[in-house]
Amino acid sequence: MIAVSILNRLIVAAVTLLGVAVIVFVLLRVVPGDPIAMMIAPGASPADIAALRARYGLDLSLPAQFGVWLQSVLMGDFGTSISLRRDVLELLLGRLPATLELAFAALIVALAVGGAVAVAGTLVRRTPLEPAIDAINGVLLAVPDFVWALALVLFVGVFIPVFPLSGRIDPTLSIDFLTPFYLLESLVRFRLGVFFDVAAHIVMPVLALALPLATVITRILKEALLEAMVQDYVLLARLKGMSEMRLVLQEALRNAVGPALSLTGVQFTFLVGGTVIVERIFAYPGIGNMAIDAVINRDLPLIQGLVLVFGAIFIVINLAVDLLAAALNPRLRHG
Amino acid sequence: MTENLLTVTGLSAVSDREGGMPVLRDVGLTLKNGGVRGLVGESGAGKSTIAKAILGILPRTVRITGGWINFKGRDLLSMKPQELRSIMGSEIALIPQDPQTALNPARRIGAQLADGLKLKRDMSARTAEAHALQLLADVQIRDPDRVMKSFPHQLSGGMRQRVLIAAAFAVEPELVIADEPTTALDVTVQKEILRLIRHMQSARGTGVLFVTHDLGIVAQICDSVTLLYAGKVIEEGPVRNVLENPNHAYTKALIAAGPRYDRPDAGLEPVPEAVFRELRQEIGIS
Repeated sequence: MIAVSILNRLIVAAVTLLGVAVIVFVLLRVVPGDPIAMMIAPGASPADIAALRARYGLDLSLPAQFGVWLQSVLMGDFGTSISLRRDVLELLLGRLPATLELAFAALIVALAVGGAVAVAGTLVRRTPLEPAIDAINGVLLAVPDFVWALALVLFVGVFIPVFPLSGRIDPTLSIDFLTPFYLLESLVRFRLGVFFDVAAHIVMPVLALALPLATVITRILKEALLEAMVQDYVLLARLKGMSEMRLVLQEALRNAVGPALSLTGVQFTFLVGGTVIVERIFAYPGIGNMAIDAVINRDLPLIQGLVLVFGAIFIVINLAVDLLAAALNPRLRHG
Repeated sequence: MTENLLTVTGLSAVSDREGGMPVLRDVGLTLKNGGVRGLVGESGAGKSTIAKAILGILPRTVRITGGWINFKGRDLLSMKPQELRSIMGSEIALIPQDPQTALNPARRIGAQLADGLKLKRDMSARTAEAHALQLLADVQIRDPDRVMKSFPHQLSGGMRQRVLIAAAFAVEPELVIADEPTTALDVTVQKEILRLIRHMQSARGTGVLFVTHDLGIVAQICDSVTLLYAGKVIEEGPVRNVLENPNHAYTKALIAAGPRYDRPDAGLEPVPEAVFRELRQEIGIS
């Protein structure tokens, strides 16, 4: 049962990725701008330009270009970056871990903050504190990630400098990482000095990404919790003498996470999209930051690779959310 | 003389949502130790309000304006919250109306049954589990091991109601409030559940306050009955007396309105409008 539905999802995922590839490929070639023009030295002869075009396969027809590209992608060859002159897959794999660490750290912070505020709001329901929490959350809900980023730069960066504002690690630290997962690796290898430095660097972009998601989680989760709290099973548990805290955490929360979870999944894909601008603001060396450079340089192979990676991330997230929802909801699990 | 387990005296309440309209008017009722009293009335008659007042779970919109609820010689209405907490769920338990919503869909039956045992009877997790298993057998569930590990959606409505009955009697209460426990069930299952409640209460000597709108159920399970209309007690007494020899025209009309299994062509007469008019005049509502 579950194996079949996972297989179905994987097929759908492959088709989706192919669709993404087609759209990006066509879009990039329809919009104005010539990657070769960005590369050539002034005064290059038409013959030089034509040679360069032929070298990158840009002289073929559009479907032919797509065919060549798709074939090599399937073989694991994403091409060579035009602006960085390096293998695209290598570039992506070098940068992706930084973005994954950033996104997951932001997700964890958002779940913790959003969940805690939702539980607190449920505990103080029907007191004057509840509308206060709702109102503040409602205002913050309207603030997008890049505004958070700028506000954080201004207050926690400039007025009271607490955390570093750019980069991923202090460049003066001796770096001998075995993997590109700096945060995880330094923690696992218990190199606390390095870990705290990497963590300090990630705080600001994490907050900028996590706070908008946290407000959404609070909103949805609190609503679901309040709905669960008036169910008969909560009433019966209360009659058995369960404390309010336990009623919320043990009885209500498990039934409330379902709706909150699927929405968090959708919002998490937005968060991954948000890394593009937030990484730029904090000069964080992830694939989001790389994407902006790639677009500026009209680096077609790199853009295509980046978009495919983002597409794959979105698909994986959605699949993970569905599996998690099934794991948490016994009714879905037993079909 | 047997001491009364529960004595409600002069209980009055108003609904703030309906502009201070009285929902209970000077209600009195008694329940003997080990007795089963039916609390009967149509929707809005106040039977559930009485049950909720006893359990201390009235909605905020309903305000008690007078009276006493005496349980084992102490007034529940003037008790401190922590005293109430220690009584509710251990000396007074509830069998809820809808088995669909009364079990937590995300937790296994065994864990939910064990809650009360752990919280109210200070059992260890292991003792509570063994005890819960025994309880499921007591409520005549055939495969208690499987049910312990099941989630509510894997059980039928009747099974769920059995589980809830087990949970109510688990804490060995002296008073069980059954709030229309068969309304959501099939008629065939209804009968089994009624028999089960009767069996559990007589084996343990538990007093039961049985809220229902069905005089047929009252005849099957109760030994005394209180009939309410618009928050006022209309008739009260041993079931036999009330059903066979009703004093009030409303009671007579209600009995006539019920189906007759022996004479299917008779019965199902709606209560005449004149009876309602008289009733409302008597209570003093327009």
